[in-house]
Amino acid sequence: MAVAGIILKKIFYFYYDGFRSMTLGRKLWVIILIKLVVIFIVFRIFFFQDFLDSRFGTQQEKSDYVIEELTKNRN
Amino acid sequence: MDVSLVDWSRAQFALTAIYHWFFVPLTLGLSFIVAFMETIYVRTGNEEWKKITKFWMTLFGINFAIGVATGIILEFEFGTNWSNYSWFVGDIFGAPLAVEGIMAFFLESTFIAVMFFGWNKVGKRFHLASTWLVAIGANLSALWILVANAWMQYPVGMHFNPDTARNEMLNFWDVLLSPVAINKFLHTVQSGYVLASVFVIGVSSWYLLKNREVTLATRSMKVAGIFGLVMSVFIIISGDSSARLMARHQPVKFAAMENLYEGRTNAPLVAFGILHADPADSTHKKENFITRIEIPDFLSYMAFLDVNAYVPGIRDLIHGNPAQQIMPVSLKMEKGRSAIAALRDYKAAKRQNDIAKADTALNVLKENIHYFGYGYLSKPTDAVPPIPLTFYSFRGMVGLGFWFIMLFLLTVVFVLRKRVEHKKWFHILAILSIPLAYLATQMGWIVAEVGRQPWVIQDMMPTVAAVSAIETSSVIVTFILFAVTFTVLLIAEIMIMVKQIKKGTNERGAH
Repeated sequence: MAVAGIILKKIFYFYYDGFRSMTLGRKLWVIILIKLVVIFIVFRIFFFQDFLDSRFGTQQEKSDYVIEELTKNRN
Repeated sequence: MDVSLVDWSRAQFALTAIYHWFFVPLTLGLSFIVAFMETIYVRTGNEEWKKITKFWMTLFGINFAIGVATGIILEFEFGTNWSNYSWFVGDIFGAPLAVEGIMAFFLESTFIAVMFFGWNKVGKRFHLASTWLVAIGANLSALWILVANAWMQYPVGMHFNPDTARNEMLNFWDVLLSPVAINKFLHTVQSGYVLASVFVIGVSSWYLLKNREVTLATRSMKVAGIFGLVMSVFIIISGDSSARLMARHQPVKFAAMENLYEGRTNAPLVAFGILHADPADSTHKKENFITRIEIPDFLSYMAFLDVNAYVPGIRDLIHGNPAQQIMPVSLKMEKGRSAIAALRDYKAAKRQNDIAKADTALNVLKENIHYFGYGYLSKPTDAVPPIPLTFYSFRGMVGLGFWFIMLFLLTVVFVLRKRVEHKKWFHILAILSIPLAYLATQMGWIVAEVGRQPWVIQDMMPTVAAVSAIETSSVIVTFILFAVTFTVLLIAEIMIMVKQIKKGTNERGAH
């Protein structure tokens, strides 16, 4: 248990020191975080809801809908 | 289906994929180049190599940070804009993408921290192993995505479940190890290696032109020149194999790529050609060149390893050729419509609990399932992709590929003769080659993706049947949002990268 604790502490400080000593990396992390917020919050929630998930509750309803879409007369 | 909806959805996907691919190939290739450099450092103990490794690792970090997660948007688009397609392929795509998430992504993201934070904190060999694992992880990520893409070009290892309208995987290994998947993976990652080599040579040339970082530049050029040259040989082999696979499994794409209208034996390869602009019908009316330079018999050989082999042209493939046992598209369309009607009848019979009728419909569906997608085409010529774009993109990609071989050869020769510092003309050409390498890889994707139109899944589902019934206006809005977001990201990448290159090795890196 004590050994595991030491290892976890070492891993923690490895990342902690790494992030603290970053220079250019900080700017990159800011870009990454802004990008992730834009992609996963703004885009995903407001613009990219799953079409089938947002309209149908069950797998059966989804497959019925897709079959109807695929077999409707398009010409 | 609203044509503008299909076109906007297609344009949006193309835009996202093109931007995503600005980041990926450099990650794939530079990760290995950095690993080679660090290996030299660990073997020689020469601190100069450590400095060189850290410099390129910084540029790798910038590209990785800005590019990471840009591919996720493609998956969002599957669910929103391409729900029919997404449902139709769900099971097949699920497995490779899940493996990618679990295996490659975690491998990559765990060891990237050691790669950047671990200098002087972990042993030299452990750090080196981490750098190699990042390179391997990044390339494994690409493997799963490319397997999924290859399945769309050559669907194997599955069966269609008419109760759910989904393709279900029968054999994971058939999907993973299909010849198209293996070839696509090799050819694509090799293009990343070539691009990264050109990038390293180009940036190094800039230093030499400015008479700065001479040791870094010449040593980096040596590594990149050799790596690029070796990979160019492999990319020719995988490209050659790709052409043969295409001739067998996607013959219309192959004919379009060559603008081959009339099929023939001893078919020549058009090494260079200018097509007639024919706005009325630029795709399939005739073989229409203003001028061309041909290599006799080479197309037959490239496609079937036999100079006497018959290469079907667009006319054969559209109108059929009984002598070559080629079915006309009109007949495939009939079979496709039978399959679609059978799926509808099967579903109706199941609802009514009419087992006999359902069995009859199921048999018709099974007989015609391979032509399912043809049932959505309005006319036979719909099966032909845009020829000029496919034709020119292929020649652009190959032509630039040969230029890069020349560039690598010159690099290796000049470096070995210790004359590379003084070749200003070469430095300028090498710098100009960086955008050309990006252009070449994008053109490769255009051949692969535009060339396979109208199919989103070869022969099974055309793009027109794959889109969701959503408002065109919402696709236009997200198209503009993506265009703005990705352009900002690309500008950020270029600005940070240029700033870092200008700093050279004097400043600390991305860690």
